[in-house]
Amino acid sequence: MSKIKIVNLQKSFGDFTAVKNSNLTINDKEFFVLLGPSGCGKTTTLRMIAGLELPTSGEIYLGEEEVGMLRASERDIAFVFQLFALYPHMNVKNNLSFPLKMQGYSRSEIKTRVEEAAKLLRIDHILNSNISSLSGGDRQRVALGRALVRRPKAFLMDEPLGTLDAEFRELMCLELKKLHIDIGATTVYVTHDQLEAMSLADRIAVMDGGEILQADEPSVIYNKPATKFVASFIGSPGMNFINIDQGISNEQSTLNIEGTDFNIPKQYEISKGKKNSFGIRPENLSLTNEGGLKGSVFGVEYLGSRKIVTIKTNFGELKVKTDISTSVKINENVQVKPSNDNIIIFDGETDKSLKSEFMN
Amino acid sequence: MDTSRSYLEPSSFSKKLAATIIIVYTVITLIPISWMVMTSFKNVNSAISYPPEVLFEPSLEGYVNLFTNRSRQSQEYLDSLPAPETWYEELVRSREMVITGPSKFLGRYSNSMIIGFGSTFASVFLGALAAYAFSRFRVPLKDDLLFFILSTRMFPPIAVAVPIFIMYRKLGLGDTHLGMIILYTVVNLSLAVWLLKGFMDEIPKEYEEAAMIDGYSRLQAFFKVVLPQAMTGIAATAIFCMIFSWNEYAFAVLLTQFNAQTAPPFIPTIIGEGGLDWPAIGAGTTLFLLPVMIFTIILRKHLLRGITFGAVRK
Repeated sequence: MSKIKIVNLQKSFGDFTAVKNSNLTINDKEFFVLLGPSGCGKTTTLRMIAGLELPTSGEIYLGEEEVGMLRASERDIAFVFQLFALYPHMNVKNNLSFPLKMQGYSRSEIKTRVEEAAKLLRIDHILNSNISSLSGGDRQRVALGRALVRRPKAFLMDEPLGTLDAEFRELMCLELKKLHIDIGATTVYVTHDQLEAMSLADRIAVMDGGEILQADEPSVIYNKPATKFVASFIGSPGMNFINIDQGISNEQSTLNIEGTDFNIPKQYEISKGKKNSFGIRPENLSLTNEGGLKGSVFGVEYLGSRKIVTIKTNFGELKVKTDISTSVKINENVQVKPSNDNIIIFDGETDKSLKSEFMN
Repeated sequence: MDTSRSYLEPSSFSKKLAATIIIVYTVITLIPISWMVMTSFKNVNSAISYPPEVLFEPSLEGYVNLFTNRSRQSQEYLDSLPAPETWYEELVRSREMVITGPSKFLGRYSNSMIIGFGSTFASVFLGALAAYAFSRFRVPLKDDLLFFILSTRMFPPIAVAVPIFIMYRKLGLGDTHLGMIILYTVVNLSLAVWLLKGFMDEIPKEYEEAAMIDGYSRLQAFFKVVLPQAMTGIAATAIFCMIFSWNEYAFAVLLTQFNAQTAPPFIPTIIGEGGLDWPAIGAGTTLFLLPVMIFTIILRKHLLRGITFGAVRK
């Protein structure tokens, strides 16, 4: 296993730049998730690490070796495809031994390794089955097995759970995590599903428009998003934003919105312009009778243990995650205010979060 | 109302009607073929008797005549010969003839085999490589090239017979196996490229990518992963190519005479005494029919089995 480092990586297809000047370091034995909406460049980045696409410029290090321009077959990595890509003309056993045959292992060595991987993934009872007779989950396991047998430097996975149904996806998520703990392989995992990313990752890189916006631990990505996009993409529902037409000065700790003063964490950075926004997660907002933003209840969603109340205000819709016991009626006039100081001010010109006591 | 069967299932009346139509059609199509096979087992007289004989005494005369050259001899000469050693010698003697040697049929037949299978293999192999390239790589002017390849099929091949005849004479390819293999391959290749490209397009590129990640080169991935999955297309293409080069008559007449003559131009020239030797011609055409039939039956299982099904979720 080795660490992976990408330096100033760029990929263009004609006029379109899929990946812009990206830098990342993925540590040894880390489970690293590339997260972003479709077309954000996450799969292209992964395919460049795999050697299925060649970078337009930049370097990729696998361990100490620069592999950017090497063929996929020379990189010693394993790739799990979204559509599994199991060889349909071979049975499970032959699928698993296919990568080993190329490397010239002896028959007995191949047999041992295949059986070992099959046992680990609990597919030893279907070794002689045809691929077409397998269920989605078993195919997923065989695809993982084919990646495992070779003991490569790194595992790359391109939305491997994307085609499974929701219930099964959760189960496979757990299995993947356990597998990662058991074998401790450096893993780069691409997904557009934030829940999957949150539950699997040691660290997440959020990408949009070919750029890596933030790479950090899931809790940091959630609580201290570096940009407005990260804040809105992560979380379900995403962060609330209130547009404020005022500049932010250093040491500022209150903000006047619609005539009411709100406490905000002490700011350490001056905003570039006057069009900024105030961001707060739904669980950090609460309903109040006075001293908040005025609005009316637009919708209520029950989530079992919590409920999400959508409130229409002059600043657009705000989502509030409240206790199940809170009773509100549609069209009822209410007020909302922050319940703690987990508040982030985003600079309107750069979309980046401003440094503050909270965002240190 | 009859509710015992599914709404989508045809009624028993329409099933019977369909079966009747198919049986009648099959019988009509099979009449000439069965007549040909019957003729091959008749003797010279019953083959041309009027009214035609449907029930007859089977004879292998046609097959003996097909494989031998014979000459007519006087009864005194025949009497002076030692007793015939084999059944076919006896058969020939009873017609007041002696066998003077083997005919050219076997040689022509094996020419057909060499040229037919040779050009089929070449067409499918080259076609598969070209189709793969067209399907996977960014080929400059791809659409124009594909159209150009197809355009070679737009005129009847025989329209270029004269230039090819002259060209082959100058190049020394006339009446050679290689020349005929090249010619039939050229004619078949456009079909092979187009047919196989369709099949290659259907194979997701993830398979090759998976194989390349597993340590194989692109060419190895092509042979180990792509070709086995394109078997359906390869079988269909091979059958089409084989049928064309096996049956081809016009170029074979024009370009081959002795060395590389194939069976089609040879069979009609089987002339017996005092007219065409119909049983021998029947025997020749019956034997000529077999290889394509056997070839198609062997490849049939690949045609019916879509092996890519179910391996990738779409």
